[in-house]
Amino acid sequence: MRRAWWLVLALRAAAAAAQTPPPSGDEIVRRVDANMFAESRIMTSQMIVHGERETRTIESKTWQRGTPDAYTEYLAPARERGTKMLKLGDELWTYDPGTDRTIMISGSMLRQSVMGSDLSYEDMMEDPRLERSYAAAVAGTEDVHGRRCWVVQLTAKVEGLAYETRRVWVDAERWVPLREDLYARSGRLLKTIRLGDVRQVEGRWVPMHAAYRDVMKTGGGTEFVIETIAFDAPLPAYLFSKAALRR
Amino acid sequence: MIRFLLKGLLRDRSRSMFPALTVAAGVMLTVFVFAWLRGMEASLLQSTAHLSSGHVRVTTAAYVADADQMPNDLALLGVDTLLAGLRARYPGLSWTPRITFGGLLDVPDARGETRTQAPVAGLGVDLLSPGSPEPRMLRLAAALVRGRLPARRGEVLISDELAARLSIPLGQTVTLIGSTMNGAMALANFEVVGTVRFGVGPMDHSALVADLADVQSALDMANGAASILGFFRDDVYHEREADSVAARFDAAHRSTDKYRPVMETLREASGLADLLDYLTLVLNLAIGFFVLAMSIVLWNAGLMGSLRRYGEIGVRLAVGEDQGHVYRAMLLEAVAIGLVGSLVGTGLGLAASYVLEVHGLNVSAIMKDNAMMMEDVLRPRVTPGAALVGFVPGLLSTVIGAGISGLGIYKRQTSQLFKELEA
Repeated sequence: MRRAWWLVLALRAAAAAAQTPPPSGDEIVRRVDANMFAESRIMTSQMIVHGERETRTIESKTWQRGTPDAYTEYLAPARERGTKMLKLGDELWTYDPGTDRTIMISGSMLRQSVMGSDLSYEDMMEDPRLERSYAAAVAGTEDVHGRRCWVVQLTAKVEGLAYETRRVWVDAERWVPLREDLYARSGRLLKTIRLGDVRQVEGRWVPMHAAYRDVMKTGGGTEFVIETIAFDAPLPAYLFSKAALRR
Repeated sequence: MIRFLLKGLLRDRSRSMFPALTVAAGVMLTVFVFAWLRGMEASLLQSTAHLSSGHVRVTTAAYVADADQMPNDLALLGVDTLLAGLRARYPGLSWTPRITFGGLLDVPDARGETRTQAPVAGLGVDLLSPGSPEPRMLRLAAALVRGRLPARRGEVLISDELAARLSIPLGQTVTLIGSTMNGAMALANFEVVGTVRFGVGPMDHSALVADLADVQSALDMANGAASILGFFRDDVYHEREADSVAARFDAAHRSTDKYRPVMETLREASGLADLLDYLTLVLNLAIGFFVLAMSIVLWNAGLMGSLRRYGEIGVRLAVGEDQGHVYRAMLLEAVAIGLVGSLVGTGLGLAASYVLEVHGLNVSAIMKDNAMMMEDVLRPRVTPGAALVGFVPGLLSTVIGAGISGLGIYKRQTSQLFKELEA
């Protein structure tokens, strides 16, 4: 009799679990943001640009303070070494050691490619916290690289975003995006991102490899490979000022 | 007989002076219009060749498709080898590489911050190699308004209008913000050592002329160029020869590679083919219209003359002169009138064209928004063709006019002549 009682309880629990509603789009996005973003981040990376005529590898080190501020120094190749980028809120500056000039990137320049890659300066200026910029709705589930993903449709809720809508495939266990398709207001596909090599770093799941493809460009796309990453590390305050660019 | 006819021509104003003046006016107009259109065509061809497309242009097949956008990511690479091959294989042309590019000219203030910016149309040409044809092709010495020509790397010329608009003094260091051939942002500093005025609207608005090696370095185009231009050594565009050279070159570089070098003639590269065909059509129409109009006018004049000379012709026929002889005499008169009118008209037309060729007509006020590579001082061009183009139709029109109106002579009945004369 006691065994039967336990069986009933177990069946009821299983039924309840099966009836648990899927997380809302906003909940998925909130979890992605919580996993991906920290108070600070220091990262070294390689950007491999597969152009039509040659492949170039650009190495850089980035110090990120929250989401609005970032300082990047390019380390290689020789032509780019010493070039620096500073993002302070909605302003973006670049320093070129060859000319010793600091130029503000604004207006139509924002649509230019970063170092000839499939990423634009506009991409760098986007607030990476999806929850702030997009309204999310779950569109279903699909498998990506053998992992079950929530397919989330994001629609811009603030004006002036580079991409009006996004379709994001989010790993249902690790809360990491594994694929993104980015669309213009007209509905035209502009960019695709494929993320992989997901590793656990300091308790967070981080995609160490991303493949960007601007569908308007020829060439083989751009790979972004994170070599090292540290979260919540102390950052030198002097980095986040224009004066630091000429140091 | 000829002396008699000439005397008659000179003494009878209505019979000869009016038709001769009409022919002279028409011929003068034709010669002037011909010289003017030929001058415009020559100016357009020369400016386009020198500033933009050469007499022939070598670039990649992919570049040709989007040439208007100056797509330097599709530019030629391995230019030294290609250039050596062109010089060896086609010695009848001088070959020179160029890079055209767009960008922003950033002018810093004393603290190195941006004071002002403006878009520029850049031209990277071989300014510093000894014997380079570029300074001559671009007529840089004549175009120089202030300062001097670049003498070493890092020095540039900018259009005088741009310098005035951005208040850039000579010696100012400016930064070019452009795009490398890989699509990355390119920054390069240059010292402005001179300002130029080409007399060509698009260039004068925003030109920046730099040495090719500087531009290659700035745009990360090592041993690259947007195009290699070929110029005939007499600096005249020979269309058939250009077609032949281009056909031979393309036959030798046939492949499906989108970066294969292809050669275009000035007509193809500049997009001027339609315009040049249109100019030729206008010229032919103008001459055709002139011959037709003159023939009608002189036919009418001949008819009026025949009416006035009704009695004279009747008497000549009555005294036994053959109809054919009278008709031929009238044609001979027409030849004399045509010769005199055409000579005078051609002389006046050539003189007027020559005066304007020497002094030019400044049309900069109406050409300021013109996008064509055309000088804003227009000049007719006096050529041997201009001398013939009015003379022959002038002569023909008088003979045709007299020939048609003179046919009436054959309709006169000898038996009726005395009755008509009595009346």
